[in-house]
Amino acid sequence: MSGNADFVPESTTTFTLNGEKMHAVAGESILEVAKRNGVEIPHLCYKENYRADGNCRACVVEIDGERTLAPSCCRYPEENMVVQSSSERAIRSQKMVLELLLSDMPEQSRSPYKPDSELDFWVDKLKIGTPRFESRQQQGEDNSHPAMTVNLDACIQCTRCVRACREEQVNDVIGYAFRGEHSKIVFDMDDPMGESTCVACGECVQACPTGALMPANNAALLKPDTKVDSVCPYCGVGCLLTFNVRENKIRYVEGRDGPANQSRLCVKGRFGFDYVHHSDRLTTPLIRRDKTSKTPGLIEQADISKYFREASWEEALDFAASGLSDIKETTGSKSLAGFGSAKGSNEEAYLFQKLVRTGFGSNNVDHCTRLCHASSVAALLETIGSGAVSNQIADGTDADVMIVIGARPNSNHPVAATFMKNATERGSKLIVIEPYGSDLTLHASHFLQIHPATDVLLLNSIMHTIINEGLENKEFIKSHTDGYDLLKESVQEYSPEKVATICGIQVDIIKEVARLYATSDKAIIFWGMGISQHTHGTDNARCLISLALLTGQIGRPGTGLHPLRGQNNVQGASDVGLIPMMYPDYQPVNDHSAQKRFEALWKTSLDSKPGLTVVEIMHAIHSGDLHGMYIMGENPAMSDPNLNHARKALSKLKHLVVQDIFFTETCSYADVILPASAFAEKNGTFTNTDRRVQLARQATEPPGDARQDLWIICEIAKRIGLDWDYESAEEVFEEIRLATPSMAGITWSRLNKEDSLTYPLRNEGDLGQPIIFENGIFPTDDGKGRFVPADYIKPDELPSTEYPIVFITGRQLEHWHTGTMTRHSTVLDALEPNPSVFINPIDLQKLNLGSGNNSIKIESRRGTVTAIPRPDAHIQEGVVMMSFAFREAAANLITNEALDPFGKIPEFKYCAVKLSPAKHS
Amino acid sequence: MKHSRGEIGRIRGRVPNQKYLNEIKELLGDLPRDRDLLVEHLHKVQDRYHCISSYHIQALANEMNLPTAEIYEVATFYHHFDVTKEKEPSPAELTIRVCESLTCEMFGAKKLLKDLDALTGDDIRVQAVPCVGRCHAAPVSIVGTNPVEHATTALIEEAINNNQTDIEVASYIDYAEYCEQDGYSTLLSCINGLHQQDDVIAALEDSNLRGLGGAGFPVGRKWRILRDQAKPKLIAINIDEGEPGTFKDRHYLEQDPHRFIEGALIAHWAINADDIYIYLRDEYAGCRKILEKEIKALQKNPPCALPAIHLRRGAGAYICGEESAMIESIEGKRGMPRLRPPYVAEVGLFGRPTLEHNMESLHWVRDIIEKGAEWFTSHGRRERKGLRSFSVSGRIRNPGVHLAPAGITINELIDEFCGGMLEGHEFYGYFPGGASSGMLPASLGNEPLDFDTLQPHGSFIGSAAIIVLSTQDSAKELALNAMRFFEHESCGQCTPCRVGTTKAVKLMSKKDWDLPLLEELANVMEEASICGLGQAAPNPLRNAIKYFPEEFK
Repeated sequence: MSGNADFVPESTTTFTLNGEKMHAVAGESILEVAKRNGVEIPHLCYKENYRADGNCRACVVEIDGERTLAPSCCRYPEENMVVQSSSERAIRSQKMVLELLLSDMPEQSRSPYKPDSELDFWVDKLKIGTPRFESRQQQGEDNSHPAMTVNLDACIQCTRCVRACREEQVNDVIGYAFRGEHSKIVFDMDDPMGESTCVACGECVQACPTGALMPANNAALLKPDTKVDSVCPYCGVGCLLTFNVRENKIRYVEGRDGPANQSRLCVKGRFGFDYVHHSDRLTTPLIRRDKTSKTPGLIEQADISKYFREASWEEALDFAASGLSDIKETTGSKSLAGFGSAKGSNEEAYLFQKLVRTGFGSNNVDHCTRLCHASSVAALLETIGSGAVSNQIADGTDADVMIVIGARPNSNHPVAATFMKNATERGSKLIVIEPYGSDLTLHASHFLQIHPATDVLLLNSIMHTIINEGLENKEFIKSHTDGYDLLKESVQEYSPEKVATICGIQVDIIKEVARLYATSDKAIIFWGMGISQHTHGTDNARCLISLALLTGQIGRPGTGLHPLRGQNNVQGASDVGLIPMMYPDYQPVNDHSAQKRFEALWKTSLDSKPGLTVVEIMHAIHSGDLHGMYIMGENPAMSDPNLNHARKALSKLKHLVVQDIFFTETCSYADVILPASAFAEKNGTFTNTDRRVQLARQATEPPGDARQDLWIICEIAKRIGLDWDYESAEEVFEEIRLATPSMAGITWSRLNKEDSLTYPLRNEGDLGQPIIFENGIFPTDDGKGRFVPADYIKPDELPSTEYPIVFITGRQLEHWHTGTMTRHSTVLDALEPNPSVFINPIDLQKLNLGSGNNSIKIESRRGTVTAIPRPDAHIQEGVVMMSFAFREAAANLITNEALDPFGKIPEFKYCAVKLSPAKHS
Repeated sequence: MKHSRGEIGRIRGRVPNQKYLNEIKELLGDLPRDRDLLVEHLHKVQDRYHCISSYHIQALANEMNLPTAEIYEVATFYHHFDVTKEKEPSPAELTIRVCESLTCEMFGAKKLLKDLDALTGDDIRVQAVPCVGRCHAAPVSIVGTNPVEHATTALIEEAINNNQTDIEVASYIDYAEYCEQDGYSTLLSCINGLHQQDDVIAALEDSNLRGLGGAGFPVGRKWRILRDQAKPKLIAINIDEGEPGTFKDRHYLEQDPHRFIEGALIAHWAINADDIYIYLRDEYAGCRKILEKEIKALQKNPPCALPAIHLRRGAGAYICGEESAMIESIEGKRGMPRLRPPYVAEVGLFGRPTLEHNMESLHWVRDIIEKGAEWFTSHGRRERKGLRSFSVSGRIRNPGVHLAPAGITINELIDEFCGGMLEGHEFYGYFPGGASSGMLPASLGNEPLDFDTLQPHGSFIGSAAIIVLSTQDSAKELALNAMRFFEHESCGQCTPCRVGTTKAVKLMSKKDWDLPLLEELANVMEEASICGLGQAAPNPLRNAIKYFPEEFK
């Protein structure tokens, strides 16, 4: 509690602390009131926002009429209570507690591990001298984990780490074992931290008051020169954090109390920052020595100089731009395309799409949203008129029922998953629908381990149950929707009895889930790419939307639809028009008035034909229609499906400009490579999955001659004939406000002050709209939501006798996207250094693939990779999963490029493979 | 089932092994996998395999859907569980426990332990343990579960050689006999409307019956508080009799086990309670046999509709005699006392209002209702009222449980009930309420023994566990014994007790005690500890210094 000490809310308790009258609000402890009023009481086991435990007893106070002293962190003032925190009696015990704890610190002295140890702080404050007691028998250091060191010789048994692990992040790894003086903080069964099931979120490090848990290698011992408040560069959750910088290097990261993370981080956010300083960073522009040297193969880091020579920025930019201009002149606007990135800022994405649209002269601009939620967005726009989430995660976790379908947030959105787990501890029901279980399913009330790609069947049968049992929300359907009769008719085909076997879910479970969702007060649906990455991805999303409309579970707090965005700015990049069919703010390019508006804003004529999408661009190269590309921060040579096909396409380009921070796989096909800036090296806004626009601030300077991306885009623009003159991200943001009415009210200065603002925020000073579609009003022509029924279609490539196993791609906690950042991060790469294929142990046995020690070959009709099997009982039999982050076993060599007809998203989540033991050389 | 990383991409952490999964499934059978049964399930593993291996913990985690850390921290909290890691050998099959608490130490436990060293081997291990509740027959050893009283190496060897490692239950008043003696008729007259709830509660209030576990809270008032709480509400009966010197609960249980059950059922009726939980210390294997059998007999042929009665087994933790620690233990957790408020009567077992009673408090309910409150209050000396069950041990001729009037003095008790001092022993001092009451000198031998009378002297009657010292005993040594006991039994939650008891033992193990520093330490323990264990732990230390100054010269 901080704030104005003079402010007294209505319902308060009045009591006396050290002779002063004080007011406590409901739920406020004596310690919290004291803090708010500037009265210092020593405390160690208490941590703001954590459950108070009252074990350290440093905060004991004297309460009139009580026999013993009371812990002020766990006592709540009562009317007229008389409390002394600084009486001789209270101080005597406070001091002795501190002396006892100090006597068991290393050398009975200041913490050698943490410069701002809270114990040291209070020891100084209360002037505790050299302890008069013998020290305990000390334990040795545990440095088994690459990210954290455990020094239990500095442990004061305050159990803040236990609460961090168990109650905050709910990872359940840390325990308080043994008894009495032998009491000990343990990981699992007193295992070395590095061998335990620790997921390295580092919450315990952040919680530890004395440095018993610290970042490895004493990284936090040196005082940082600057602390830069910024945002996490990884997933769509959008955690706020602080970079601790010393000598232009990020030394360690701390979670900041942001609206999406409440100071929590995951392993990537907390420990995955040092890729920024990796020696492999591109630091000089590179130009290909010989245009004829392009092959579909990859170029290794060590061979870069064989294929590329260093160039000055001037030469490289000229070369890059002239190559693009030449193609435009000879074969026309449509033979050029650009890939921007969901990892760049809104400002970068905005300028990049503007460059393609106004400079190249076509709408051939896309980015990896095509590979993530394109189908979800297609369905959302078609049915309810907005592609963004309706409710934020923080609000959604207040729901009575949460459905998580086609998502494994504990790997992909770890901090969001912690809030879901917290919700289940508070009593919310969690329904997980996934072919591949996870630790999250341990917290689920219902885990429906569905057969892959049968979602439409299951969802239709859930709706079938709701309608047949009369549980639909008739009033909502009548007032707020269109097309109900079509849906009703369509789902009649899908009784639970009919689909149960195909889905692998029992009839009564389907019915139970249907009833639970339909009849609860507040229910929300979270989904991920298990829904979207299918040839029927749009149908999957249509069903989820219909489910929400059918029951009226939308437009209110704790309800709605939340497609979990994968990358830190996939929401923002789409918002500002980095997609081929929409201008900023989802204005269709083929809408005449939108075209006119943007022609006026950008002072140029625009093409009204939607551009090509990611996979279509690869096809266009193959068919000889597309010859030049500008790729900023994307890595299609890893992220596209059927990589052999995609890489071949890239190698056929006449001119390829790649702008990135590392020599990515895509750089293998480049003609010119422009060294760019990493996340921590620039300012910009990023929009998280919740529609929160958040400000990232530059923490370090780019290495060598690497440059800011905005500068590079502008320099290319200038050289292809655009008259651009943007000085800063702030200036670009001002233009975004003009182009994007739903963000028009957000100002840079307010962002700088508040860090995070939620759009729609149309007018300056607005609060922003955390919940959209309020009162069931949708941004469609008639204000109603539309039911679009979907029939079941099978995946494009089914298992066969030759290829009997279903292959899906997914994520591992430690790696992100194509691995460009995470595999250059020391800790993350140490935790997961090698490609694995996740397989049910029974399959491993059944297929005679050994015990899990030997590599296996995974082969589809399109490609082959070799990986080490990881037996995991969470995954169902007959299905294997791989992350696509590993260059040496690129999972997308296997995947199928068949597209969803509406979202143009490929079917990453289903293809057929065969497995065999890999031959040993 | 968490999975984790590894250098070659294998799961780090542990993968549950099918063999152990099958063993655990078989062991638990149809029993519910509810969290609160964790300690019970751990007992099953310990009983079958003589240890709890990490394989079994992993399998149990899987079976009960609990994190391994939570099982591990619970298993390692209780001293009767032998938790072993991979590759660690399982402990010897037979455990010989030797009590080393106050009375047993006075009667030669240290020497016995030393002599038993020779017996230790692959199949046998010897453990020094805290009070096993047979102080009248000190020194005591428990071979397996078979108590050997007045133990000698020869007697213990004889027990081993004759395979006498399981306790034999002596005869007691069983269900049939209890019923013959009008047992459960008082309960029936309550249920059949011959008594009113209010009248029964009033009778208990009038009787001045107080909680006999040590705290002395008036029983009638507790029932009244609980009666006014909303349902569901529970009854939890504390038979974790662990205070060194105390054995009265065992004494009554081994003679007349139905009497307290009837008391509990009357309480259940009087306050409209739901389930009844009985928490029995693991050291009382004989009592467990009796209770298991008698509860079954009662349930098979009940005098009236019975509530669910759950018998729960402690696992070697004195702290679980503290009411809120006991509740934590019943919930399957580490026995760490809760902070109060809120009080157990409002937020107790499973978060419900709970009537928590020491077993003996319920033992007297039937008599008080049948004979009237006046019968109970008619006893007593020096204006004190009621009867006290004194567990008397030490240097007296007739140790044992003596039912005597409240307000009796130690001098009277020794003379009238204990047959005087042992030959050759001169009265020196006494613990009036077990280790935590601290000791008083012979000069305070004429103080009335009852609740509230000894506080001015820095002591209390507690569970009425009297240990009589003679001039051959040393208060200083016994204070150290007591402090070692508290160190051993501290739950480890709060700093003053966890660190304080350890530092105190170190200081008190020295020849010369640092008296001012010990007093500072005593002060923080008394003032700032969470529960009674830490708050009372300095009593023996302080009283030794205060009343036996000649030992410190």
